[in-house]
Amino acid sequence: MTEKTKTLLSINELTKAYPGVVANQSVTFSVSPGEVHALLGENGAGKSTLVKMIYGLVRPDSGTMTWNGAPFEPATPNAARSAGVAMVFQHFSLFDALNVAENVALGMGNPPKMRQLSARIREVSETYGLPLDPDRLVGDLSAGERQRVEIIRCLLQDPKLLIMDEPTSVLTPQEVEILFETLRKLSREGTAILYISHKLEEIRSLCDEATILRLGHVVGTCKPAEKSARELAEMMVGQTLHVPTREKSELGEPVVVMDNLSVKSTNPFGTSLKGVSLSVRAGEILGIGGVAGNGQDELLAALSGESRTAKSAVLLNDQPIGQLGPNERRRLGLLTAPEERLGHAAAPAMSLIENALLTGSIRENLTRNGFLKWSAAEDFANRIISDFDVRTPGAGNAAQSLSGGNLQKFVIGREVLQRPVALVVNQPTWGVDASAAAAIRQSLLDLAASGTAIICISQDLDELMEISDKFAALNEGRLSEPRATEGLQIDEIGLMMGGAHGMEVAHVEA
Amino acid sequence: MLKLEKRPAPSRMWMALAPLLAVALTMITAGILFSFLGTNPFVAIRTIFWDPLFGEFAFYYRGQLLIKAGPLILIAIGLALGFRAGIWNIGAEGQYIVGAICGAAVGLAFYPSESVLIFPMMVLFGALGGWIWAMIPAILKTRFGTNEILVSLMLVYVAEAMLASASSGWLRNPDGQGFPGSRNFRDYAAGYNNFLVESAGIHWGVVAAFIAVIFAYILLTRHLLGFQIRLTGESPRAAKFGGVNPSILIVVCLGVSGALAGLAGLFEVSGPAGQISIDFNSGYGFTAIIVAFLGRLHPIGILMAGLLMALTYIGGEAAQGTLGLPAAAIQLLQGMLLFFLLAVDVFTNFRIRLGRMETA
Repeated sequence: MTEKTKTLLSINELTKAYPGVVANQSVTFSVSPGEVHALLGENGAGKSTLVKMIYGLVRPDSGTMTWNGAPFEPATPNAARSAGVAMVFQHFSLFDALNVAENVALGMGNPPKMRQLSARIREVSETYGLPLDPDRLVGDLSAGERQRVEIIRCLLQDPKLLIMDEPTSVLTPQEVEILFETLRKLSREGTAILYISHKLEEIRSLCDEATILRLGHVVGTCKPAEKSARELAEMMVGQTLHVPTREKSELGEPVVVMDNLSVKSTNPFGTSLKGVSLSVRAGEILGIGGVAGNGQDELLAALSGESRTAKSAVLLNDQPIGQLGPNERRRLGLLTAPEERLGHAAAPAMSLIENALLTGSIRENLTRNGFLKWSAAEDFANRIISDFDVRTPGAGNAAQSLSGGNLQKFVIGREVLQRPVALVVNQPTWGVDASAAAAIRQSLLDLAASGTAIICISQDLDELMEISDKFAALNEGRLSEPRATEGLQIDEIGLMMGGAHGMEVAHVEA
Repeated sequence: MLKLEKRPAPSRMWMALAPLLAVALTMITAGILFSFLGTNPFVAIRTIFWDPLFGEFAFYYRGQLLIKAGPLILIAIGLALGFRAGIWNIGAEGQYIVGAICGAAVGLAFYPSESVLIFPMMVLFGALGGWIWAMIPAILKTRFGTNEILVSLMLVYVAEAMLASASSGWLRNPDGQGFPGSRNFRDYAAGYNNFLVESAGIHWGVVAAFIAVIFAYILLTRHLLGFQIRLTGESPRAAKFGGVNPSILIVVCLGVSGALAGLAGLFEVSGPAGQISIDFNSGYGFTAIIVAFLGRLHPIGILMAGLLMALTYIGGEAAQGTLGLPAAAIQLLQGMLLFFLLAVDVFTNFRIRLGRMETA
């Protein structure tokens, strides 16, 4: 952070359009050596396209980039890497069956001998406070440790600019702190960091500068430490945020009870549930946090009826339902909304009417003797569209033609309008813009106030703190003891999520 | 530079236009091919596509049209139900043969009975035979996760071996002086699938095909089962979430397509073919796959496609007779039809762009 006068990378009027959407429109900003620069924006704001152009994955339609003052037009990621750009992607590209050193070697054009490489990995990993054993199989590593492999792979190239795409979405709060120490050390040594995120508190604590994108345009720049999280959010969204409110209501009897449920995952790379117990009362919202891949999908499947369990391992109003399929559970009032909108919660190429029928046929009486009541289904779809402000030209449009936020409102609305006895949602606001997210949270709060028991599985801790009465965390298929949300501290939550997953922490010398 | 670009939504215009364009391209390419064979392409195309309907001998050919189209449509309707759900029954030919053998065997067992129950019973056993043959891949798939494409296809060859043994062995006509082939149903009134309207070529199989079209149309557009079939084809995971049991759907779809193929076989062997012989099956089970796709897996489309495909059979035979075109040329024409359809289909989901994209 010493020499701010020199510019490492400058981006000038960069534009990239895809059919039907302009991903970036005349984007301009610059990064100096040692600067931690945040790219802040909602999903679809154009952050990913922008860094892909810097990394040589996408060619801009117009505009220029300069690198240390010279023109910079990387045609391939290799060209970008040799100039000194490194990137850690949100999704890792590692082979489970190979060890750390072998995975690192695979990414190199001309890898050194294995023994030398292992020594280098050990050296770099310790210097930057990311201890990692080069001989361990990647398949045995936690998500946080896998990310370390990706980071070390980058650091071995001695990069001038490190791009990190949403790095903390797979980390617990403790792991985030470790990562930030590393990034701060890199920055002190003169490596510039381009940090993509929509998590405002992280950006406020880590980044020197921020460029805020909305719908492909730069809508502002600021020093994040000088702004409040709320101000940043409003710059990002472009409107005043509505904060969900709820009225305190009396909690009723336990509605959904899980007793020591163990389910083996059907997916070989999935996480089996181990002894999960929980109880949700009428009118209560149980928030379930945890890093992705710790059993969230399996828990939802066990509740939706997509995977069957022992008869009395799942109870709905004291009735054993573990052996019942999805439709029988719907009949009893247990409704679910899975995480993946396209292909799980909704059929992409089918119309909204058909998708309303997908889960609504039983409780909304949309069939007679096995024949479909199309007009009733259309009415139901239209009711969801108007009650939940789904923006679409009509119910006859295919689900895939809707934006993520609108489809999510449809999926949540479809279940909420069926007056569930109990509702389970997984990642209800994932990839949804802030105003739609607020509307969805409000509808969940209203539903709880009317006496529905709700289980909300999410990776967004802020969301869970905002709406849930009780909080528990999934960690490697085990559910922590649920605790009242009020007064819960962030480090306590972190420990419930598995702390630093037993990763060793090395001290970074100041 | 040409570039394919994905459309935001499938083009409805191309969906309707693709089959017509495929037919046109097939005619052009086939014409070129025929001219290499030394035949006037215009005469050849007219002989195949026009004369059977409107030519001098149309009165004869028109009747043939429904005789050929009936089994194709009946089989293709069953296949399309499975294809819609992503269940690939490639072995309709085998189910067709087994249905024919079962139905014919039951009928011949009562020879020379004159009971009116004989023919209905043959129909029942024809469907049953096809159904059982299709249950083999269905059960193997649901129990052991085998691939239904391979199993159903392999069973075609088993069925062909059974046909050979039946026609030269246990179903051989005892009064046939040792020639292979069963008794002819033309000489067995109680078991004969006679024409209802001879000039139009309508027999019970054609009636069954029309009923199947209507039934499938209602099933797919109005019934929960049809909705589940389409849902499973679109998105298996969403279907499971929506409460569809994939195993039941596999058994139902393969069962229905097998039963319809078996029916088609029975109607054919007891009517137009007349007897179980080693080659009474003329590949209808395979051609029906083309018909199903040419008709967009839609019942009305299949009806049209079945008629078109029947036309190429009849016109092809006529062209063999009058113009001396080889039989392979006609099969090539039918293959090209599917090839061009699949090729043109690309434009339903993609459009072509010239050169680099302009900046917005």
